[in-house]
Amino acid sequence: MMFGFTRAQAIGFVVMAAILAVAPFVAYPIFVMQVMCFALFAMGANLLMGYTGLLSLGQAAFFGMGGYVAGYMIQTMHASTEVGLILGGLTAAAIGVVFGWLAIRRQTIYFAMITLALAQLVYFFAVQDTGFTGGENGIQNIPRGNLFGSFSLHNDLQLYWLVFAVFIAGFLFVHRVIHSPFGQVVKAIRENESRAISLGYKVEQYKWVIFVLAAALGGIAGGLNALVVRIATLTDVGNATSGLVVLMVLVGGIGTVFGPLVGAAIVVAMQYYLASFSDWVTVIQGVIFIACVLAFRRGVAGEVASWLKLSL
Amino acid sequence: MLMILGKPAPLLFGQLLLGIINGSFYAMLSLGLAIIFGLLNVINFAHGALFMVGAFVTWGLLHYLGIGYWPAMVLAPVMVGAFGLGLERTLIRFTYKLDILYGLLLTFGLALVLQGLFTNAYGSSGVSYSAPDLLSGTLNLGFMYLPVYRGFVVAAAIIICVAVWFVIEKTSLGALLRASTENPALVQAFGVNVPRVIALTFAAGVALAGLAGVLAAPLYSVNPGMGTDLINTVFAVVVIGGMGSIGGAILTGFGLGIIQGFTEVYYPAASSVVVFAVMAVVLLARPAGLFGRAA
Repeated sequence: MMFGFTRAQAIGFVVMAAILAVAPFVAYPIFVMQVMCFALFAMGANLLMGYTGLLSLGQAAFFGMGGYVAGYMIQTMHASTEVGLILGGLTAAAIGVVFGWLAIRRQTIYFAMITLALAQLVYFFAVQDTGFTGGENGIQNIPRGNLFGSFSLHNDLQLYWLVFAVFIAGFLFVHRVIHSPFGQVVKAIRENESRAISLGYKVEQYKWVIFVLAAALGGIAGGLNALVVRIATLTDVGNATSGLVVLMVLVGGIGTVFGPLVGAAIVVAMQYYLASFSDWVTVIQGVIFIACVLAFRRGVAGEVASWLKLSL
Repeated sequence: MLMILGKPAPLLFGQLLLGIINGSFYAMLSLGLAIIFGLLNVINFAHGALFMVGAFVTWGLLHYLGIGYWPAMVLAPVMVGAFGLGLERTLIRFTYKLDILYGLLLTFGLALVLQGLFTNAYGSSGVSYSAPDLLSGTLNLGFMYLPVYRGFVVAAAIIICVAVWFVIEKTSLGALLRASTENPALVQAFGVNVPRVIALTFAAGVALAGLAGVLAAPLYSVNPGMGTDLINTVFAVVVIGGMGSIGGAILTGFGLGIIQGFTEVYYPAASSVVVFAVMAVVLLARPAGLFGRAA
């Protein structure tokens, strides 16, 4: 099958695409767009968590910087939308090259703590009001600009198709990566790192590439999200967002194909519908973390898959 | 005015003191993390939240029950430790058989719950707590003015760290802990109730965070985010020092606090990031950490 889909995954993909194509006409488009942005972000995190066995607690650095760069380029430099998004992704990837280079020197919990600490550096940079990130205020009223300098994205529905196209492209790309020979080696590293080393694979380089890919996906997702909500703030680059994306992967199903989207939908929906309970949202998220770890480690997609005896 | 290395002495010593105070908290918290990690193989992400709970308990004892600072210094760690014991028995122990990352995720969730609950109850700006009369005021040391409470915090932290180091490295109780870390199955075969040792170790590590919270209560505003801000730096300290040795955790904690203090004097813009910069350098030069064993 193309892109390495199994039959069940191909059906799942078509159903997913169909639902997302109808969604803006039945649901609030901004909400669905945010779900797709966070799903793209979570797919990157899932590459690390699910397929490489590396838990990063600093993914918000990439998401936030992607948003800042895209917002700044489109608002201040009057760049065309796609240029802003691509530069956001490239900036995140460049940061990912440096952070990954440092972080892959340690494993498991140390890796998690290093990514958390490095993301803190980006946060401190964003807090300074340098005229780029806007400090406490962030970048406000980001114009959505024009695609290729000519197609207006002002209307929610017009932007929706851009987000939809980027999400589908990202989904297929990630799936292709996972099911490539490269992806097989990555999974082998997760299963048994010493064995992979003894087989002659340069384990560090594989981890590094995955880290940079996850960063780039985070950057593009952050840029898109900044266009959707039209602001880029410290929240996007803060620790809470890093925790949120880990929660999405965990709830959706670590190492599953559809998990990130399912997890993003659940977590973003919680943010929307429980917004009036303000700080209770944090408590509920914490409880879900605990419940997932103790009783629900396969996540939604993983549970459904095992129930249907399929790989989703 | 006395000048040292091109800076006025009071400024230099004042910042150095702040650095040592920060270092005191880094040392106490990374010590607790190292003890817990050594035995449970769990990195306790809720450590900062439990530190915050310690500070709130100190405030609550005075506010609701009229119990002052000195009794709180015993009561608050005991209460936080008992709470930790409950957490270990009801939640954390189920992660021992799982991948090491699940323990991290569980305690991460715990931290969110605790922080959310306290934000709901007390708001994010928090409450204030003043130092006991005995420790208020300042002392003129000739070269600088020392607020008595700050001096007390440094002295207390050093005593606590040395006491913990002594218990773990030099007593039979410590030997039991170290043996359980090395080879739990063998220690169990000698008739020791290892699960109980593990639970009590977690409680003790958490009580240490609670005690640090008591010391912090009069120093900082008691607010739900106080632990999170601190613990992120403490994780960097743990990466720098490595979790292999108790003494290493203490030295790294104080050392980085002092480095941070000096940075505040000579290049203030970098003071909040210097710990992370040191972490990057250490990762390049000695990936296992300054005192860590390769792993």
